[in-house]
Amino acid sequence: MNSRPSSNANLTRIDRVASDFDIKYVAHLARISLTPTEEEKFGQQLSNIIGYIEKLKELDVDAIEPTAHAVPLVNVFRPDEVRPGLSNEEAMRNAPAAANGLFMVPKIVE
Amino acid sequence: MPKMDAALHQCAIAELSALLAARKASARDIMQSCLDQIARVESSIHSFISFDAADALAQAGAADKLLASGVTHREKPLLGIPVGIKDVIAVRGQPLNCGSKILGKYISPYSATVIEKLHDAGAVTFGRLNMDEFAMGSSTENSAFVVSRNPWDVTRITGGSSGGSAAAVTADECIAAIGSDTGGSVRQPAALCGCVGVKPTYGRVSRYGLVAFASSLDQIGPFARSVRDAAMVLGVIAGHDPRDSTSVPQPAPNYAAALDGQVKGLKIGLAREHMVEGLNPEVAAAMSEAVKHYEKLGAEIVEVSLPHTDYAIAAYYIVATAEASANLARFDGVRYGARVDGSDPIDLYCKTRGTGFGPEVKRRIILGTYVLSSGYHDAYYLRAQKVRTLIRQDFLNAFEKVDAIITPTSPTAAFKIGEKADNPLQMYLSDIFTISCNLAGICGISIPCGFTKEPKLPIGMQLLGKPFGEETMLKLAHAYEQSTPWHNEKPPLSQVDLP
Repeated sequence: MNSRPSSNANLTRIDRVASDFDIKYVAHLARISLTPTEEEKFGQQLSNIIGYIEKLKELDVDAIEPTAHAVPLVNVFRPDEVRPGLSNEEAMRNAPAAANGLFMVPKIVE
Repeated sequence: MPKMDAALHQCAIAELSALLAARKASARDIMQSCLDQIARVESSIHSFISFDAADALAQAGAADKLLASGVTHREKPLLGIPVGIKDVIAVRGQPLNCGSKILGKYISPYSATVIEKLHDAGAVTFGRLNMDEFAMGSSTENSAFVVSRNPWDVTRITGGSSGGSAAAVTADECIAAIGSDTGGSVRQPAALCGCVGVKPTYGRVSRYGLVAFASSLDQIGPFARSVRDAAMVLGVIAGHDPRDSTSVPQPAPNYAAALDGQVKGLKIGLAREHMVEGLNPEVAAAMSEAVKHYEKLGAEIVEVSLPHTDYAIAAYYIVATAEASANLARFDGVRYGARVDGSDPIDLYCKTRGTGFGPEVKRRIILGTYVLSSGYHDAYYLRAQKVRTLIRQDFLNAFEKVDAIITPTSPTAAFKIGEKADNPLQMYLSDIFTISCNLAGICGISIPCGFTKEPKLPIGMQLLGKPFGEETMLKLAHAYEQSTPWHNEKPPLSQVDLP
């Protein structure tokens, strides 16, 4: 495995550009509207960043197990008991639009 | 006693406890002293988004009543001590904005576990300390409210994301503060402002009530002006919490009690991969002095190897943004926060998020969405998780030989406001020394280890400890601090002229 440490290697690879990154498409998946100026600027910046993270492909990781988190715990259970929670009024207090104890949203079905 | 009052906000926790116990000062005097200091320096450094002085003084008054009724610091170790809170942690009845516009006029309906623990220990919690929006940044320039300024030079950044916490503690606006650290957000601003910051082991402190950024990396940690004060606050906030399933069911040790004692014979690792070329010469010189100092104290310096260091930043910015893109999906303008109406729900989400989030948060959510998207998940996210395994294994291997690892906290001292604002990748690369700690889930601390010459800016060094190895790490940090002068230096805020 290539494990020659960095020195300045990480600063030289930043010019690589991801060719297939479609900012409009991904921003829509993320439910974020962007102005044309933002599309251009973020598209360029993110292409640089994606070019940089491509460096992980230098490593052979076929036989390596993924780490989702570093804590030595899995499947933490607790008894299924009723506990105090927020009242409806408290839960609704920060709602941008509410009526009759319900969140208001635009019409979804005709 | 105006003279004594003026000094209260600069005291250590143990000094304040003694004054309170002897009835030479009240908790209200201490809180008022902090508020007076805020009045003097806040317009120069902008540590806070907001603070509720009346609520803080009321809490201090309640602490005084407890003291009068005979409650001691043995029962409530932080009784009457003002602790500032980063704007990412829920405090019932107080605003919570995460440095963002998207939460609008949100008021927390409940308190985080760390807040309940601080209150149980008698602390006066106050303030919404400034931060990079949703803790995404290394300079606090990404706050939607204000740019915090370094108490040593107000034309420079505080570091981030917990820049407000670091600046407030350094400038004596509060005795200690709470921040969160996902890739260095406690340690790096502590280093750049010149105070102590601790990132506990993943699972050590409950995150219930911490707004999630990257759930497999986030950890809450304390800021203070000495290792002892940081250890005292950590002792209060650490411990198991059934409301956070990643919180580890191990009792919290008495960290403050573990500080004293020999460091002779302890082994400190020096990783050759940390000798990067971009390291500022003055930071490098301070580090070699620190290493020599540890040898004088009787510690043994051992060379270790962390061969995958060069891949940490890339792995981090995949894992962290992927998790952020999922966590921040909740900010959709429906249940809380600001809303921009749309013709249908999707239009409402897009407009609300497009308007409510700032540039760095948008970039990271989009990047995280991309690395998780169909066809790219295995190439980016799964691969990053595998590299994470290699990085964690590097540390576990090194910790078979050493008790802690020493590194600079940041490759440079505080840079100028605006210097890296338009180059997010350059900003990410400055996190080189702090990021691996979160990926590996180990603990870390930053403490002052010197100053640059011209201008005079703090330099921080980092000690990384084994998982749940906080006691040894704190002991090593304390021994260095108590035998060096750096932590006694104060920023010349009185000479401040805003640009």
